[in-house]
Amino acid sequence: MTAATGAQPRTGAVAASRLLPVAAALVIAIALWKAIVVIGGYPVFILPAPETVAARFVAAWTDGTIWPHFAATAGEVVLGFAVGALVALVIGYALARSALVERVVSPYLVAAQATPILALAPLLALWFGTGLLGKVLICALIVFFPIAVSTMVGIRSVDAGLLELGRSFRATRRQILITLEVPAALPSILGGMRVGVTLAVVGAIVGEWAGAERGLGVLINVARGSLFDIPLMFATLLTVALFGIVLYVLIVIVERRLVGSR
Amino acid sequence: MNAEAIASPVPSAASPRTGGSLSIEGVGAAFPRPGGTLAVLDSVDLEVAPGEVVALIGANGSGKSTLLRVVAGLLAPTTGRVALDGVAITQPDPAIGLVFQEPRLLPWRSVAANIEYPLQLAGWPRPRRAERLAELLDLIDLREFATARPSQLSGGMRQRAALARALALQPRLLLLDEPFSALDALTRERLNVELLDLWQRTGTSALVVTHSIPEAIFLADRVAVLSARPGRIVADLPVNLPRPRRLDALDEAVVSPLAREIRRHLEAAA
Repeated sequence: MTAATGAQPRTGAVAASRLLPVAAALVIAIALWKAIVVIGGYPVFILPAPETVAARFVAAWTDGTIWPHFAATAGEVVLGFAVGALVALVIGYALARSALVERVVSPYLVAAQATPILALAPLLALWFGTGLLGKVLICALIVFFPIAVSTMVGIRSVDAGLLELGRSFRATRRQILITLEVPAALPSILGGMRVGVTLAVVGAIVGEWAGAERGLGVLINVARGSLFDIPLMFATLLTVALFGIVLYVLIVIVERRLVGSR
Repeated sequence: MNAEAIASPVPSAASPRTGGSLSIEGVGAAFPRPGGTLAVLDSVDLEVAPGEVVALIGANGSGKSTLLRVVAGLLAPTTGRVALDGVAITQPDPAIGLVFQEPRLLPWRSVAANIEYPLQLAGWPRPRRAERLAELLDLIDLREFATARPSQLSGGMRQRAALARALALQPRLLLLDEPFSALDALTRERLNVELLDLWQRTGTSALVVTHSIPEAIFLADRVAVLSARPGRIVADLPVNLPRPRRLDALDEAVVSPLAREIRRHLEAAA
């Protein structure tokens, strides 16, 4: 913006000094992993060394082993997150603004959340088959709760003074929603989305375990079971973890862009 | 000096309309509470003539803010009626500008976008909005802060932005609810001087709620004293001081007795 921008140090040196501890921690973690393998003398089918996993990771990505599975999982996660988040925004808003909705709906929400997704996955696979639909539903279900709750909390905490201001300018219901409630609740909603997006990856893997032809969850099982390629299993786990991080960072970037400058 | 300047000493953009006349007739307000009702206002009668500034002074809890909300159309009175230029106010009206105790700026919008907010809500097309915004930024002298966020401004600046926003739709009546009470004394004095200047240029009528006797005398043409709850007007005193007024040149022979009289009414009503 204007006045305060000059006072914010944003030089390359500062960025480097902020990245350094992160890189150091990563190096230490990998070194520890390597040390455990060497000192413990674990065979490769229990704990492969970091360089073995790295080599397998690169090979599996270049020879097209992981790609179709990754594409399947990514599709489930993105669709599931979109559906779950959309429904959660609507229900979360209704929960915040209607005492009746809260009384009637919230017991079911809590019950759905309290039932382990692991137990629900086989049921959903039974009802909706082992295709995309079942996984999208599982992802949507797991994503729904944190986003619905954070939306509810965010909308409820909108400053009453701002709402009165809107009313004094004769703002319509829709104008209040778009110009006041949504922007004010956005930090809270995006906080819920951060949690939701990582859970969506969990949901997809669990859904794939309950029955699927393709997906990173399937590849983990295949690598461990029929292929007995434990480095591939680790490479797949690494892919899952990296995917989760990328999604999380995407939400953080959206958050910075939308609410960072307040 | 050229002829045009003589013909229109007041910037035309700032004074498209003259002030409205407000009449408050027998307004009472009561809120339900456990075991009965809480009467906050008891048959308040008050007139504000076109272009007049009336200060409403009263102790805490005397219903000053409630009365202002009724006039703003945000709260329906239990009894009585409020009318602006003869038209009953039953809901918020664009002809009434409101400045709250706190600035109530939207923290995610720039100062300019905040000032423009009422224009956007009223559905003004973009070019017309930009034109009016430029006028307002000049009027309140906020141009260099147009792109800043409210969080980057001082308290006084924020309240000035809120004032600009209240003037955006060119109201005929300005309602101010202890607008500068959260600011330090020096800023408050300076903004009161600015407010008078602004009021003189826009020609709008104004009702200012305050609990400061010097502020009431400095700003207003008349000072109305509200009793303790349930609030009633117990005195309506003219301020016979010439305008333009300056803080360092107020006639003490008028101010002191008037301040004493206001204080007497406030204490008698408590």
